[in-house]
Amino acid sequence: MDKFVRLEGLVAPLDRANVDTDAIIPKQFLKSIKRSGFGPNLFDEWRYMDIGQPGRDNSQRPRNPNFVLNQPRYQGAQILLTRKNFGCGSSREHAPWALLDFGFHAVIAESFADIFFNNCFKNGILPIVLPAAELDALFAQVEATPGYKLTIDLERQVVVRPDGKALPFDVDAFRKECLINGWDDIGLTLRHADLIKTFEEKRRIAQPWLFA
Amino acid sequence: MPQTLYDKLWQNHVVHEEADGTALLYIDRHLVHEVTSPQAFEGLKLAGRKPWRVSSVVATADHNTPTNHWDRGIEDEVSRLQVETLDANIREVGALAYFPFKDPRQGIVHVVGPENGATLPGMTVVCGDSHTSTHGAFGCMAHGIGTSEVEHVLATQCLLQKKSKTMLLRVDGKLGKGVTAKDIALAIIGKIGTAGGTGYAIEFGGSAIRSLSMEGRMTLCNMAIEAGARLGFIAVDDVTINYVKGRPFAPKASDWDAAVAYWRTLHSDEGAQFDCVLDLRADDIQPQVTWGTSPEMVVAIDGCVPDPVKEKDPVRREGMERALQYMGLNPNTPIKAIKIDKVFIGSCTNSRIEDLRAAAAVVKGRKVAASVKLALVVPGSGLVKQQAEREGLDKVFIAAGFEWREPGCSMCLAMNADRLEPGERCASTSNRNFEGRQGAGGRTHLVSPEMAAAAAIAGHFADVREII
Ligand code: SF4
Repeated sequence: MDKFVRLEGLVAPLDRANVDTDAIIPKQFLKSIKRSGFGPNLFDEWRYMDIGQPGRDNSQRPRNPNFVLNQPRYQGAQILLTRKNFGCGSSREHAPWALLDFGFHAVIAESFADIFFNNCFKNGILPIVLPAAELDALFAQVEATPGYKLTIDLERQVVVRPDGKALPFDVDAFRKECLINGWDDIGLTLRHADLIKTFEEKRRIAQPWLFA
Repeated sequence: MPQTLYDKLWQNHVVHEEADGTALLYIDRHLVHEVTSPQAFEGLKLAGRKPWRVSSVVATADHNTPTNHWDRGIEDEVSRLQVETLDANIREVGALAYFPFKDPRQGIVHVVGPENGATLPGMTVVCGDSHTSTHGAFGCMAHGIGTSEVEHVLATQCLLQKKSKTMLLRVDGKLGKGVTAKDIALAIIGKIGTAGGTGYAIEFGGSAIRSLSMEGRMTLCNMAIEAGARLGFIAVDDVTINYVKGRPFAPKASDWDAAVAYWRTLHSDEGAQFDCVLDLRADDIQPQVTWGTSPEMVVAIDGCVPDPVKEKDPVRREGMERALQYMGLNPNTPIKAIKIDKVFIGSCTNSRIEDLRAAAAVVKGRKVAASVKLALVVPGSGLVKQQAEREGLDKVFIAAGFEWREPGCSMCLAMNADRLEPGERCASTSNRNFEGRQGAGGRTHLVSPEMAAAAAIAGHFADVREII
C-alpha cells in the first residue's frame, strides 16, 4: 500500500448525500477478477449517457456534460468533497479501488458508511469527516474558485484551505500510523501468530463444534 | 456486572487488544462467494501466504449465476470466468464445504450458511458481502467485510476491530395480520434513517421479535446494514436452537449438549446497559412500500408519495426531488395508485421457504395482472427450491403466471441476465432500491413477499390485508 502523509490536491465537489457504492461503481463492473482498471467506470451511470459494460472502450461513450467529474475544471482532482453517509450500501471494495484508480486519494464528507470507511484505509485512501458547517463553506469556496486546492496534512490532522484556515479532523491512531507508513495489515497481524495459535487451541477444546 | 449480548460475543473472540482498544478478533466462520474473493486469493498467493484454517470456509457461487437454462452453463463470459476462478481457488486451497454452480445445495450465501448449520449461535461470521448481518439472527457477531479483509481473514483467521456502541431496538406488541419482519425492518429504517445505526451494534429485542421465526429474524438482521449498522443480532432462544438442530454442520451427540448449554447464555443480562435504546410498537407497523432510492424513503401502504415542498432541510429536499425524478413519481400520489411492470420475489432478505409459502398463500387461485410483464420467484437456494416443490408451491406460482427459477441473487442486483430495463418499475422483496440496483434506470420498490404477491395480482401496489 502507498504511504499517505501529505496531499495537496484539486478538489471536486459531489453535492449529494447518501451516495451508495452501487453509484460509485455499478455491479456489472464487479465481474472483474482484478483490483485495477475501475477508474473509467467510477460513477458510471452519472458520468455517461449510455449504459456501461465491462471491456468496452469508455473513451468512445457519450458523456453527461452536467456531471461534475466531466467538467474541465475538475480534471485531475485528487480530493472528493461530498455530503453525509458516503459509501453506504454494498461492501464492495471495488468502490475505493475505483476512486483510487480515478485519482482520488482522499474523500471529505460529513459522515461515511462503516464498511466503506474501513475499506478506504485498506487502500491508502484517507476518509475525512468534517462538520456540516465546514463542508458548506468548502462547497461554496470550491464552486466559486476554479483550480481550488486543499492541503491535507495527516501528521498534523488538518485540512488547510487556500486562505490558510486549518480544519482539524479526527483519525484513529492505529489507522493513521498504518497510512503514514504504508503498512500491510496482514503483516502486522501475523506478528501475533503465536497468540492466535494459542487462542485457537483453547477454543478448540472449549467449543470443539466450531472446528468440525 | 450485567453484560450485553454484544459484550459477551466480543469477549469470547478477543485474541489480543491494543492499548487504543483495537482488538484482534478470532473469526469462526468465513463465507466466500465469487465476486469479492478473487482479488483476495490472488493477494494471498502473491504474498506467498497460506490460508490459516480452511475448515472455517464455506463457499458458494451466487451473484453471477443464471437462474434459468442451467443446461447452457454461464453464457456471460466475464461472469463465467469469475465463477470458474472461485472453483479453481477452492480446489487449490480447500474449504469445509463448497456449493458450486448447479450443486443441489448451491444458493445465496446467506441462505446456504444457516440452512446447512454452518452458521451457529455465538460465532463470528464474516463474508465479503454487506448482508452478512443476516447471520446475527443466530446470536452471532456477523458482518460484511471488504476484499482486503477477506484476504486478512484467509491469512490470519482474525480481523482488526474496534468495539461499536450498542443499541437496543425493542419491538413489543403483536404484529397485525399481513405485517411481516420485512415491514418491521423498513419501518425501523424509515424511523432512524439509513445512517441511524452507523457505529452501532444493534440488538433487536422485545416480544414482537421473540415471536418471529428464524426466517423472519434473518430478514430483519439482513436489513440492519440498510440502517447503517454493520451488526444486527438477536438473542438465542428455543426458536434458534430448534432451527439449528439436526442440520448438516450442527454439533452432534455430546457436543450438542455442551453447545446448547453455552448458547443458552447468549442474551443480554437483566439490567445490561446500552448506549441507546429505541422502542417501537409492533401494533403500529403497517405493510411498508418504499417510494424512493434509499430504503429510508418508505411509507405505509395507505400513504402517499411525500411532497418535497414540505421538507425543510435543503439537502434532504433535494435528495427527495432527485429520487422522485428518478422514480418517475409525482408528490402526493397514493401508493396504491402506482402501477408496476415487474415483480421479484427473492434475495437473501426474502427467499426462504417461509417467504415463498407466504407469497404463495396470497397468489393461490389468482392470476398475475395482464399488465405485469414479468413476475419472478427465485428461491434462495437449491434446498429451498426442493422444499417448495415438495409442497407444490412452484405449481401455485406457475399457475398464477409467475416464472419459477433456479436459485441465486438474480434480480436483487442484476449481475446476471435478470434485470429491469430503464424506466421499468418493480415490486421487489430485496433490500436495496438504489438507482440502477436492479438494472440501469430501473425503479425498485421494496416490499415484503406478501405485498409483492399482492402487487403482482393487482398490477399496482395493494394492501395485502384486504386480500388475505
Ligand atoms: S441476494 Fe442481493 S443482497 Fe443478498 S447477497 Fe445476493 S446480491 Fe447481495
